[in-house]
Amino acid sequence: MKIFVCLKQVPARDAALRLNAEANWVRETDLSFEINEPDVYALEEGLRLKEKHGGEVVVATLGPERATQALKEALAKGADRALHLSDPALQNLDAYATARALAAAVQQEKPDLALTGLQADDDGFGQTGVLMAEILDWPHSTIIMEIQAGEKTLKVKRELEGGYFQWIEVPLPAILTIQSGINKPRYATLKGILAAKNKPLQKLSLKDLGLPAEAVSPRQRISKVYVPQKSGRVEFLEGTAREVARSLVEKLRNEARVM
Amino acid sequence: MADRILVVAEDQEGRLARAAWEAVAAGQSIARAFGAAVVTAVAGANVASLANELAGAEISESLALTSPLLEDYTAEGFTAALAPVIERQRPRFVVFSHTYQTRDFAPRLAARFSKALIGDCLGYRREGDRAIFVRPVFQGKLLADTEPLGDPPCFVSFQAGTFREDSVRRSAQPAPVTAIAASLSSEAIRTHPGERFREAKQTVDLTQADIIVAVGRGIKSPENLELAKKLAEVLNAELGASRPICDSGWLPMDRQIGSSGQTVAPRLYVALGISGAIQHQVGMKGSRTIVAINKDNEAPIFEIATYGIVGDLFEVVPALIEEIKKAKTR
Ligand SMILES: Cc1cc2nc3c(=O)[nH]c(=O)nc-3n(C[C@H](O)[C@H](O)[C@H](O)COP(=O)(O)OP(=O)(O)OC[C@H]3O[C@@H](n4cnc5c(N)ncnc54)[C@H](O)[C@@H]3O)c2cc1C
Repeated sequence: MKIFVCLKQVPARDAALRLNAEANWVRETDLSFEINEPDVYALEEGLRLKEKHGGEVVVATLGPERATQALKEALAKGADRALHLSDPALQNLDAYATARALAAAVQQEKPDLALTGLQADDDGFGQTGVLMAEILDWPHSTIIMEIQAGEKTLKVKRELEGGYFQWIEVPLPAILTIQSGINKPRYATLKGILAAKNKPLQKLSLKDLGLPAEAVSPRQRISKVYVPQKSGRVEFLEGTAREVARSLVEKLRNEARVM
Repeated sequence: MADRILVVAEDQEGRLARAAWEAVAAGQSIARAFGAAVVTAVAGANVASLANELAGAEISESLALTSPLLEDYTAEGFTAALAPVIERQRPRFVVFSHTYQTRDFAPRLAARFSKALIGDCLGYRREGDRAIFVRPVFQGKLLADTEPLGDPPCFVSFQAGTFREDSVRRSAQPAPVTAIAASLSSEAIRTHPGERFREAKQTVDLTQADIIVAVGRGIKSPENLELAKKLAEVLNAELGASRPICDSGWLPMDRQIGSSGQTVAPRLYVALGISGAIQHQVGMKGSRTIVAINKDNEAPIFEIATYGIVGDLFEVVPALIEEIKKAKTR
């Protein structure tokens, strides 16, 4: 089975976010980056399917130069090849344009299955895989917690609201968006890291993808990013650990009356 | 001709649940702001009665899109049923509630019009004739003003609770209901869904808990759970967790609180190292008193907390355990 996994590099979860000069995104200098968490699970699922059924895992990312690090990490974990959609015309794309570009790469690779994380933790679009499915005219399913692969179809367990699930049969080729927790992602081994150095990492431009510039023109624009206004009535307790502990106990007893 | 707004109302197990009415409320609000008319659409095998129910709201038309092939929800079926309606109605906005179902098919529908969904919005405003939608980014740590570009339609979904079910305007005179037989072919629906089910019975029922101590990723390692357990013990509390803790297998799934876990409303909820993502909040914001201990003073959990402690939980929690013990002996 040939599996295509889309990865995104996003600011590290604990990173302190500052706004850029235009106040329309965060400032990237002095941020550390990592692979978007659900994508880590998607990669792991791809690697496991390959280990079980044979085949190849191709990883792809769309992003600036720094994003090659995410691809190298994926190669070190066991992906076979990497594609970096790295044209200057492919930077800071909106959800539709991102999906167009990735779908074009899928069209060239012709995998049996494409996986994405269910959302990126930075822009939170949560739809790249679904948009790609429509662009490719492939079936899809979202928020997947288990995959059982057959010859021509998959049985996938889709998470629903409120603790419910549902099994769905999806014929191949298909796209699935993967939910965190579907598996236990591996760490890269030293051997894997060394092996990654000899694995192909290919850069692709808009032209390589066979796309005209209009294909990735924006459909939406972020004009401003800002810190949400605090509307909560939270009462902050201050002081040393002992002091805050003491005043919290006092408040839980006398104000909230829960002790 | 006035602009149209198409509201897609979700049929949840044969009922119009809160999400459907919140979408109607959102559509009505945008319609007032832009002088537009609201048309609702509900899709399914047997949705005539739901369409009649929707017609009681202040809208201009209620559409029932029916086909036996819409009996079970599928993304492809719903996309195929709604796309021609959008082509005919030419709405300026297509409005959804941001449910799992919307996440599953609305982007597909939007892509059929070479668009994406402006998803999970927390509000909108009108500037001149432009609409600006407000979306959370970075897991709610920041907000982004987002403007649709190009021709309509613009596909937009709103986070649960952004518009209120009880703010839906009703009309004494029901709106006209139009039944539309969706022309679908079974080949166009390639996925085959099975029944909804729950995992084997849950062993802990956190919904009945009086006090909950919940841990998040700030706890760092499974060994450190001991600390939270000690706090739970002195408080006579149940232990709960955010999703990543259960994903990592540090605590069983039935301790998970949030949109894909349990919804709880204890008298006291103590959140240790939990950032307060919306999917966590929806499962616990009904708690009477919420204590949040987090080292990041910008963490969204503080938005809904009663008492906040900005600090390292590994310093605060031991002190807290000690103070509670002392208070008990007093
Ligand atoms: C479809 C879907 C469904 C989901 N369902 C759920 C759900 O049911 N329940 C759920 O919880 N999540 C759910 N999530 C995940 C959710 O979006 C968040 O990713 C998750 O809640 C984050 O968990 P967290 O707060 O523990 O971790 P993080 O967001 O990583 O937060 C950790 C926090 O710990 C703080 N911290 C770190 N160290 C310390 C310290 N020493 N002392 C004090 N504080 C510290 C940090 O400042 C940070 O705020 C769902 C997501 C999706 C997309």
